[in-house]
Amino acid sequence: MPDSPRISIRHGRLIDPATGVDGLRDLHLAGGRVLAVGAAPAGFAPDQVLDARGQVVCPGFVDLCARLREPGEEHKGTIASETAAAAAAGITSLCCPPDTAPIIDTPAVAQLITRTADRAGWARVVPAGALTQGLAGEQLSEMAALRPAGCAVMSQADRPILNTLVLRRALEYAATFGLTVFLRPEDPQLRAQGCAHEGRVATRLGLPGIPEAAETVALARDLALAEQTGARVHLRGLSCARSLEMIADAHCRGLAVTADVSAHQLILTEDDLEGFNSQCHLYPPLRTRADRDALRDAVRAGLINAVCSDHQPHEADAKLAPFPSTAPGMAALETLLPLMLRLVAAGVLDLPAALARLTCGPAAILGLPLGSLAVGQPADVCVFDPEAQWQIGPDTWRSRGHNTPFRGERLTGRVSWTLLGGRIVHALRS
Amino acid sequence: MTAGPARPNLQLDAKGQLRHCLTLEGLPRELLIQILDQSAGFLGVARQAVKKVPLCRGKTVANLFFETSTRTRTTFELAAKRLSADVLTLNIAASSTTKGETLLDTLRNLEAMHVDMFVVRHAESGAAHFIAQHAAPGVSVINAGDGRHAHPTQGLLDMFTIRRHKGDFAPLRVAIVGDILHSRVARSQLAALKTLGVAEVRLVAPRTLLPADPESLGARVCHDLREGVRDADVIIMLRLQRERMRGALLPSEHEYFQLFGLTEERLATAKPDAIVMHPGPINRGVEMDSQVADGPRSVILEQVSNGIAVRMAVMALCLGSQHPEQVKVKGER
Repeated sequence: MPDSPRISIRHGRLIDPATGVDGLRDLHLAGGRVLAVGAAPAGFAPDQVLDARGQVVCPGFVDLCARLREPGEEHKGTIASETAAAAAAGITSLCCPPDTAPIIDTPAVAQLITRTADRAGWARVVPAGALTQGLAGEQLSEMAALRPAGCAVMSQADRPILNTLVLRRALEYAATFGLTVFLRPEDPQLRAQGCAHEGRVATRLGLPGIPEAAETVALARDLALAEQTGARVHLRGLSCARSLEMIADAHCRGLAVTADVSAHQLILTEDDLEGFNSQCHLYPPLRTRADRDALRDAVRAGLINAVCSDHQPHEADAKLAPFPSTAPGMAALETLLPLMLRLVAAGVLDLPAALARLTCGPAAILGLPLGSLAVGQPADVCVFDPEAQWQIGPDTWRSRGHNTPFRGERLTGRVSWTLLGGRIVHALRS
Repeated sequence: MTAGPARPNLQLDAKGQLRHCLTLEGLPRELLIQILDQSAGFLGVARQAVKKVPLCRGKTVANLFFETSTRTRTTFELAAKRLSADVLTLNIAASSTTKGETLLDTLRNLEAMHVDMFVVRHAESGAAHFIAQHAAPGVSVINAGDGRHAHPTQGLLDMFTIRRHKGDFAPLRVAIVGDILHSRVARSQLAALKTLGVAEVRLVAPRTLLPADPESLGARVCHDLREGVRDADVIIMLRLQRERMRGALLPSEHEYFQLFGLTEERLATAKPDAIVMHPGPINRGVEMDSQVADGPRSVILEQVSNGIAVRMAVMALCLGSQHPEQVKVKGER
């Protein structure tokens, strides 16, 4: 990014979990990178000074799972519309799953996405390459060709590979190139036609259930193959307490698997489906309070080191049907920070730890030099007011998808400025 | 959600009157009793020379059956006609939706024809709630069965039948036998029995036909039919769909009948005056043998007759709740 201005962000509380910085420090940016932390270098004359008094200055967030809907479903969102929403949410890098149409299984599709994102200029988009061709779970994709086209990781999105031999080969092949593979553990046969957690609420509402075992059975398989193949596996979107025990167990045996959780899984539970609320129709499903609390513990303890939005914007019609026929997923970029701040307010973890799960944690999983404000790092910065309250409305919401269960609630934490490569891509109108 | 707004009861209007009938869950005991009392009043209508009362004259009721049904559709149709309403029955399973029209579009089109009430049956749980949420302010919705969720008028007619035979609910032991997992009827019965305060409800089924955490429904689970019907006052047999054999839920109808089929011999452990119920249609030789179905303790056909009276009461209440002047004439025969 060539002519980025020289900017000083002054008087803010700088929190950079990657370097352990937490204190009142100024941040100086030039040439699209971090020039200095603390005192400005002698003779530094900024073009612009941002007054971050009372605000938190931290690395721009890195989101491991956000659907932008382009190419293929532009009526739900576009790369431009959704990355603009990301900028407003303080997210500067996001990884999009390969289940676009066409699927990201050729370099051409990957490049189409990264170029469109570059042209829009709101955020860095990292396309996840399809692990198998067409995500069909049968033939390996050309991973070696996908990587130079921008696919830092490989993924099966939400379409698990049924054939365990194919999964084994795919992991081995990815490991050949040191590529991380994102897997969302789910046994599709156990899930069957389920649309809600198989438990008390689904029983009462008569909704077909998704048992916990749909996740744990697949997770057991995925962990065994990660161990067998030595591939670097990242487990996406865990939802049950039992899964966390299995991950902890794997860590004990020296397996370097990582895991993430979607922010809403740390807030909502099966009880939020009451009244057939289709905004809470999600995959994996919202589970019990005990599961949610275990996920919170895992995020605090660092067993889960990334929290993502799992952004899935939809057109209004997609949620206007009887619950089981509605499209799952929520538009979630812009609630990511407020939901994390709810966890901080609830005493689940402190602010620096919460920010670590949004910055250096996910950046390390992607294996990209992002999510830190060390000198020389890209100047991707988020400045937010941790006290500011707001509600979702036409003036405050940028995503094309309005499907969120948090409408009407008071959200705390608002992004004032987002900088991408040293350029201001979002400034809150006050 | 940590600070979600309290959800108002969609079924009741500001005065606590029935506006929609979607589920029996959350309906207060007094309201259930009121419906049962009024149903008793409507029973006489069928015995009159002119089987009609003018309570809903000028009202239009649309039966929207997205799933095929004979008995429920017919009894709703008769109930509406006996209330002097105009009835429109749409077999939507075979029409609009196959042309790609959404549920909401179907609803809007019918609203444009100034329909006052929708009676809805749909294969998906929550469909009636969805329609009620999007219906115009003056329109009532009656759930005639949504997926596995609820079938409130069936639940009410079962309560009505139980009350006619047993009087007081408090001392009753009720056994519900069969495919609880897929049964909207069982869920509505459970909700009503809980509110009406029976002594005990037992769910009798193999594990594969029970939902997760069945005790959370307020019932005792039992896998043995003999034990399940012991000293029971009421035995409700549920219909077993043939397709359950394909989903690996049961090995065969034969084994099901061996274990869970009701016979005179198995009925022996129940109370001598126990009644046997079934929402119909019966699979003879699967859920029960003919001796029981046609025997002295069976009240199955009475359930059907009662269904018309109960549906009249629910329809009159829902339509009446928008027109307070009609509530006054509700008691007339």
